[in-house]
Amino acid sequence: MKFGIVTFPGSNCDYDAYHAVVDGLGADAEYLWHKDHDLKGVDVVVLPGGFSYGDYLRAGAIARFSPVMREVVAHAERGGKVLAICNGFQIACESGLLPGALLRNAELKFVCAMTRLRVENAETPFTRGYERGQIVRIPIAHGEGRYTADDETIRRLEGNGRVVFRYVGTTGEPDAAANVNGSMRNIAGILSEGGNVLGMMPHPERAVDPLLGSGDGLALFESLLERVAA
Amino acid sequence: MTLYRAAVHVIPRRGLLDPQGKAVADALRTLGFQGVLSARVGRHVVLELEAADERAAEQSVRQMCERLLANPVTEDFEVASLEAAGEPAGRR
Repeated sequence: MKFGIVTFPGSNCDYDAYHAVVDGLGADAEYLWHKDHDLKGVDVVVLPGGFSYGDYLRAGAIARFSPVMREVVAHAERGGKVLAICNGFQIACESGLLPGALLRNAELKFVCAMTRLRVENAETPFTRGYERGQIVRIPIAHGEGRYTADDETIRRLEGNGRVVFRYVGTTGEPDAAANVNGSMRNIAGILSEGGNVLGMMPHPERAVDPLLGSGDGLALFESLLERVAA
Repeated sequence: MTLYRAAVHVIPRRGLLDPQGKAVADALRTLGFQGVLSARVGRHVVLELEAADERAAEQSVRQMCERLLANPVTEDFEVASLEAAGEPAGRR
């Protein structure tokens, strides 16, 4: 079981993802360069956070055309797992791996903060280590995380259990005050139609050790390990 | 081949929240422009391209917008201008 972590020019969470996988989870990881044409036999691809290609044009718009993304899309089409975090989520939307788009935060501010997420679906390969309705603490750090999609897409996501994480307040409810970036329906993370691509704005790889504020993200990586090993 | 200059406007789709446009409209009203009803902030892209004729140039620019310059989920685009700018340099 091997994780492949893609480094684009401007990625800045690739080392954090490596740390989460290798030191947190105890699994193997390998860096994949954006110019690579093969995925070196990895089982799970991580598209990490950062500002790939300076976020020029739109966040994720240019990274989508990197040589490695052709391989990542083919991997996903074969049913391979892709964990797309923050800028990775933006790249996944731009490349059509996930529906919708991530726009400028409603308050126009870059928000770097701990958030509370409610696990809406614990029957995905990424969230088997959680329980449905569980509240987890995972940080965000982004300026463009306002999830937006057309009504039909939102209806399909909601109807098929593809909204995986939602921003919630201390009461555990997805109210307006908890909606840090103004996302539709407080959406923080979604699943692809095939269930093998997870996109999320919060950073589970930055929450794998209570010393750093939260260990709640580790279960996400553990979920993947169980799945692939099974 | 002929050299063309094109300008493209990419604008947040009407009906979607455009917080940047809203902030600009609010600021304009604060300045005293009470008549401002709304603003939307987009992107203006100026292109130079070679094409066989104007039709081919426009088709090409539209494809660029659809595939990269605009996000079809959230943005609309319009080709604001397109004009021949003479023979490409170095190919006379």
